[in-house]
Amino acid sequence: MATKILMPALSPTMEEGTLAKWLKKEGDAISAGDIIAEIETDKATMEFEAVDEGTLGKILVPEGTSGVKVNDPIAVLLEEGEDASAAEEAEAPKPEAAAAPASAPAQAKPAEADDMPKPDTTPDWPEGTKMKTQTVREALRDAMAEEMRRDENVFLMGEEVAEYQGAYKISQGLLDEFGAKRVIDTPITEHGFAGLGVGAAFGGLRPIVEFMTFNFAMQAIDHIINSAAKTLYMSGGQMGAPMVFRGPNGAAARVGAQHSQDYGAWYAHIPGLKVVQPYSAADAKGLLKSAIRDPNPVIFLENEILYGRSFEVPDLEDFTIPFGKAKIWREGADVTIVSWGIGMSHSLEAAEKLAKEGIEAEVIDLRTLRPVDYDTVLASVMKTNRCVTVEEGFPVASFGNHLSAVIMERAFDYLDAPVINCTGKDVPMPYAANLEKLALVTSDEVVEAVKKVTYR
Amino acid sequence: MAARKGSASGAKAGANVSAEELKKFYHDMLLIRRFEEKAGQLYGMGLIGGFCHLYIGQEAVVVGLEAATKEGDKRVTSYRDHGHMLACGMDPKGVMAELTGREGGYSKGKGGSMHMFSKEKHFYGGHGIVGAQVPIGAGLAFSDKYKGNDNVTFAYFGDGAANQGQVAETYNMAELWDLPVIFVIENNQYAMGTSVQRATKSPDFYERGIAYGIEGEEVDGMDVLAVKAAGEKAVAHCRAGKGPYILEIKTYRYRGHSMSDPAKYRTREEVQKIREERDAIEHVRQLLLTGKHATEDELKQIDKDIKAIVNESADFAKESPEPALEELWTDIYAETAPQNA
Ligand SMILES: Cc1ncc(C[n+]2csc(CCOP(=O)(O)OP(=O)(O)O)c2C)c(N)n1
Ligand SMILES: [Mg+2]
Repeated sequence: MATKILMPALSPTMEEGTLAKWLKKEGDAISAGDIIAEIETDKATMEFEAVDEGTLGKILVPEGTSGVKVNDPIAVLLEEGEDASAAEEAEAPKPEAAAAPASAPAQAKPAEADDMPKPDTTPDWPEGTKMKTQTVREALRDAMAEEMRRDENVFLMGEEVAEYQGAYKISQGLLDEFGAKRVIDTPITEHGFAGLGVGAAFGGLRPIVEFMTFNFAMQAIDHIINSAAKTLYMSGGQMGAPMVFRGPNGAAARVGAQHSQDYGAWYAHIPGLKVVQPYSAADAKGLLKSAIRDPNPVIFLENEILYGRSFEVPDLEDFTIPFGKAKIWREGADVTIVSWGIGMSHSLEAAEKLAKEGIEAEVIDLRTLRPVDYDTVLASVMKTNRCVTVEEGFPVASFGNHLSAVIMERAFDYLDAPVINCTGKDVPMPYAANLEKLALVTSDEVVEAVKKVTYR
Repeated sequence: MAARKGSASGAKAGANVSAEELKKFYHDMLLIRRFEEKAGQLYGMGLIGGFCHLYIGQEAVVVGLEAATKEGDKRVTSYRDHGHMLACGMDPKGVMAELTGREGGYSKGKGGSMHMFSKEKHFYGGHGIVGAQVPIGAGLAFSDKYKGNDNVTFAYFGDGAANQGQVAETYNMAELWDLPVIFVIENNQYAMGTSVQRATKSPDFYERGIAYGIEGEEVDGMDVLAVKAAGEKAVAHCRAGKGPYILEIKTYRYRGHSMSDPAKYRTREEVQKIREERDAIEHVRQLLLTGKHATEDELKQIDKDIKAIVNESADFAKESPEPALEELWTDIYAETAPQNA
């Protein structure tokens, strides 16, 4: 049967093209693979190969014709034994079977039944639980050790995590307890071992990949985002990377521009990742345990300055803190201060100062940026009618910017003042002590912002 | 430790190949070629969109190496992945339907040509970032070593990818930790429009492991029997716990880099010459006929069967509906780790 040769799509964006030149004439024999024409696409001139064999019965579109739509017939190919009359027949329009089922325009939003915030106010651990004092460093180590005892597929990999006991001593004692099979010193090859960790997760293990600091994870960010975060989606749910990428994030002290950056907003941008940025030791422990158990890739952003701080930690055999549940550290009716990670230090300090001036701030620790607990924030803002966010990262496209947008969308009528985002300054981190101090967000800046939104 | 130029030739290796196996090679390679031709056709009709990288010319690489595998072995590759999926036994219907972005595709239409996976066949993608699959392959091998089984992972990548920094990082770790991974460099002589010679002054990729202590070998990728023999040797090395192995397989892609590549960086004659003189499928066809292992009629029947499989996959790929709109919001986060489910 005679077949029509159609104008081919020769690039991802081509809708029409120019039939620049016919390389075969009517009556020529054609075998599969022969170039029959040259076609100009939006990008280049392409050679058009025949897929079937036969005789070129009739040319329907003469060379030099531009604006030929993709899938328009351009010639008729005759099979062995057919003559030109078959070409005429093939030309007659036939009803085309619909190729692709049409679909209704997408409604790109998951259903939301009721927009009023419903914060989860259940306590993190039972009333009356015995507490012990621990540093964030110890809490993180205990979290890993407990999870490694619980699941033999959990292993820790990174630079200096084993024999050196961790560049910041977070993995102290783990090599002794779990051995070199499960506590693995890597070469200084972040891109490589992050990718290797993703493969190990694909293979059924539960890797904890430690970055000496998150600054070096920029070498590995391709695997974190392209390989770890997106595979579940790209595989239609067949495969994913249940793993933790952890390490210190943000400014330490006087380490200069390349070693002082807060990546919270960067990772919070990515669907498929979960992002944790704890402040207290109890949260560091409970959230790291949740992160290790989570079936998804989790970014766990620690802070070098907080490592040595002590907090009360529940003295429980096993406790976890769920993602997406903020913690109210201090209640107050005058203003809502939202922060997370090291920003909580400045926020709580500011709240103390404000209290002395008679301003009662409600201080919320988000704890996780993805998922994020909008409800606790919104319920508080509906009460105080004012909000200040506090983070260490750069101001443009900060996480505070995002919170402001959500508050504006969902609590616009409750606001008595614009939301202010306190952030690090819009400069690479300077080395000089005085300049570094200026570049970082401070509790005084938070106090000032609060006064602005409370019109004091 | 050594790197060897050229390995057992097909003729020699052919001695221990049965007629049945030879016919299977012919079948599997031809299936890939016809499948890819059909994909090219569907692309031309606008049914397949975006990037679509065909495997035509390179069929002997995956078919030869798959012949050296056992159940449990893993494979991971780049965006040029259709051949790998068919060779490891994935369903042509599911692959073609993913190409058309339909519900019946391996990733429910959400992955596309470059991103398909099969837990069942231990196929771990389909990766779009040049070189990314190399450490991932080492990680898969790491997981098998950790669990203490003797599975082997094949990490396939191109001559262009071989120059990526993460490949060097991975060689180092793989040898350091004796990971059972075979690094398969499919040297088709071009990375898009850049020939090997324009990308490196160290074009013998099988030697690149020497610095790390990894054995390597150069293999004629147009000879499926040579590929199989080299694969068996590499697999034996890995299963014996001796660490990684490098196979540089010399091959050639007949089509453009992707569907939209006008391929002006090489002459038509260069392609035609290899097609006519070195074609891997024609090679097996001749072995079958001259060795009297199969008749022309038998081979015609194989051709016909394959045509039917490919047409069926194309019909399925056209008829399978587009994914439901709710699918936009699924598979972003898992409730339980899919590999453990
Ligand atoms: C990191 C990265 N850089 C660039 C690209 C664009 N790109 C896609 S394929 C390709 C060429 C790769 O060639 P090679 O590794 O030889 O594999 P082949 O396509 O020949 O199979 C390039 C540059 C990419 N996908 N990823
Ligand atoms: Mg190449």
